[in-house]
Amino acid sequence: MSAVQTFVDLLAGRRDAATLTRRDWDGVIGVARAEAMLATLACRLEQAALRPPVAALLADQRAAAEVAQRQALWEAEMARRALKGQRIEFVLLKGTAYAAAGLSCAAGRQIGDLDILVLRSDIGRAENDLLEAGWEWVKSDPYDDAYYRDHMHELPPLIHKARDRMIDVHHTILPQTHRITPDALILMAEAIETPSGFRVLSPPAMACHCAAHLLADGDLQGGLRNLWDFHLLVLDFLKDDRDFYLTLIEEASTHGLAKVVKRALRLANRIYGTPLRSYSWPFRLEFEREWDDDLFIRRLLARDEWGHATGFALQQAFYIRSHWLRMPPAMLARHLWTKWRKR
Amino acid sequence: MRHSTRIAVGPVQFRVGSDWAEPIAGLERLYAAYPQDDARPADATVRLFAARPWRRWLRPSVHIGGDFIVPDALPLPLSMGLLAAEMGMNLQVALGWRRHMLLHASAVAKHGRAIIMSGESGSGKSTLAALLGEDGWRLMGDEFTLIDPASGDAFAFPRAVSLKNQAIAEVAGRVDPSRLGPLLAGTPKGDIRHLIPRADAIAAMHEPARPALLLFPRFGGEAAIEPMGEGEAFVRLTEASTNYVALGEAGFAALTRLVRETPAFGVSYPDSATGMALVEQLWAEAVR
Repeated sequence: MSAVQTFVDLLAGRRDAATLTRRDWDGVIGVARAEAMLATLACRLEQAALRPPVAALLADQRAAAEVAQRQALWEAEMARRALKGQRIEFVLLKGTAYAAAGLSCAAGRQIGDLDILVLRSDIGRAENDLLEAGWEWVKSDPYDDAYYRDHMHELPPLIHKARDRMIDVHHTILPQTHRITPDALILMAEAIETPSGFRVLSPPAMACHCAAHLLADGDLQGGLRNLWDFHLLVLDFLKDDRDFYLTLIEEASTHGLAKVVKRALRLANRIYGTPLRSYSWPFRLEFEREWDDDLFIRRLLARDEWGHATGFALQQAFYIRSHWLRMPPAMLARHLWTKWRKR
Repeated sequence: MRHSTRIAVGPVQFRVGSDWAEPIAGLERLYAAYPQDDARPADATVRLFAARPWRRWLRPSVHIGGDFIVPDALPLPLSMGLLAAEMGMNLQVALGWRRHMLLHASAVAKHGRAIIMSGESGSGKSTLAALLGEDGWRLMGDEFTLIDPASGDAFAFPRAVSLKNQAIAEVAGRVDPSRLGPLLAGTPKGDIRHLIPRADAIAAMHEPARPALLLFPRFGGEAAIEPMGEGEAFVRLTEASTNYVALGEAGFAALTRLVRETPAFGVSYPDSATGMALVEQLWAEAVR
């Protein structure tokens, strides 16, 4: 049994932590660290009977994640204060949103940057407000800066000069040049408020964004974490809506993300055991495997027992795929040419 | 990985993997006398690897990897593999350890009470600790001192001491040659030679010590002792800590308590003998 398989089995609850040997643990801890998921695993195994050194290490991770999460929510509060003056509405995305909404996947989840979504018409004012409140531009390169502004779905990253924390201000959830163009206006309009007073995406929109982020925007690096988020989002939302699958696919269809979301469901089912349910009414929903699902699974599980990424060719293939999805061929050629000349 | 070993230093269990046999053999010699629990999983992983397969043999160069990496770190030649291993282990602790507040500081202890010495590299904190460790003190570590947020106690991280440049000759004359590693000449950090701590320091590595003195040594210039206020000690130690920010409130509480309860001094000294004498003088006053 490979380390990464043992790791996902532990998360999925298919393996009893008490049966792991020292060697198994070495591999699982290494893989979990490489995926930035050791605290997630620690929260998952909080009730498990573990040998003292492992229990102590995992307790450290839980405590650290709690602090990190408090810091991430504080950062959201700072953004709220900065954007309050001009009454700019914003929606939290990804990790910070999961924490603010108290969702299951927030337990132990690492949160990097603060990601927020604003209306496209507000993006200039939002940038000004943030600059006045102490955030600064990170990228000084004019090509990169122009690239972000002309083609991406977010401003060039801003970093706060005192707190050294990054904010990504999005106006939609996929690059503007992407083959798929979700409807950001609907995402903003359907956003809901959390008890803490922050706005987050509606449940189906949140799951759509998670799937899009995992499968349509990037080369699946850190994919196991995003897929774990997706798995737990689906489980959480099924509690209030037993036909959440239909709600989710309907929402996905309005954004052109139905294929992406269905694939995320199939992959989550195969890796984490997410329950799936087929429908024939009001519309047909089935989860037949596609020929390339296996490639995604292999890419997601490509780590050795030292936490080192394996499958170089597959990695490269997914890297190229991510660019292919992100921009039309002529533009891709121009972009790569510019980047290559600047090396 | 082709070659690997397991090392426990203080509370941290490492596993170190390598594409080459030499760095592992070097580590195993330095850490042969350290207690080892084979059933204990690794808290931290270090990988020493060749960026391209042929670089294992052709101008072999050692990249440092593991749980945490520094993106632009330059590789080292295989002759400095032991230094690469040391840097890799330090990196994992500095970026990954959360159980204690980490201070980039050396420490020595006597009767369960510790002197913590913090300073930039070149301040002589490692050399002073190594020399005191040969002179009646328990060496707790030359690189990191760990502060337990719950109790305020200092915990040891007695890795093999990394002696640099002039300190090599200064210490080598006083210890049994079997306790010295190979000379690594002309590394990016100058000449380096490792010193295996005394057996009693290794045996006591899990015993906590109460902080009794905070010193900020500075090598060079006239001998001088300058009392330091809590505020300055606090700010200096936030800069010397690699996980102060990550620990949040617990880090703030631990550091506040440390500077409130522990007298702090800046110590300037022209040579090691004077430095040691000043430390002993401050110690005598502190424990009186």
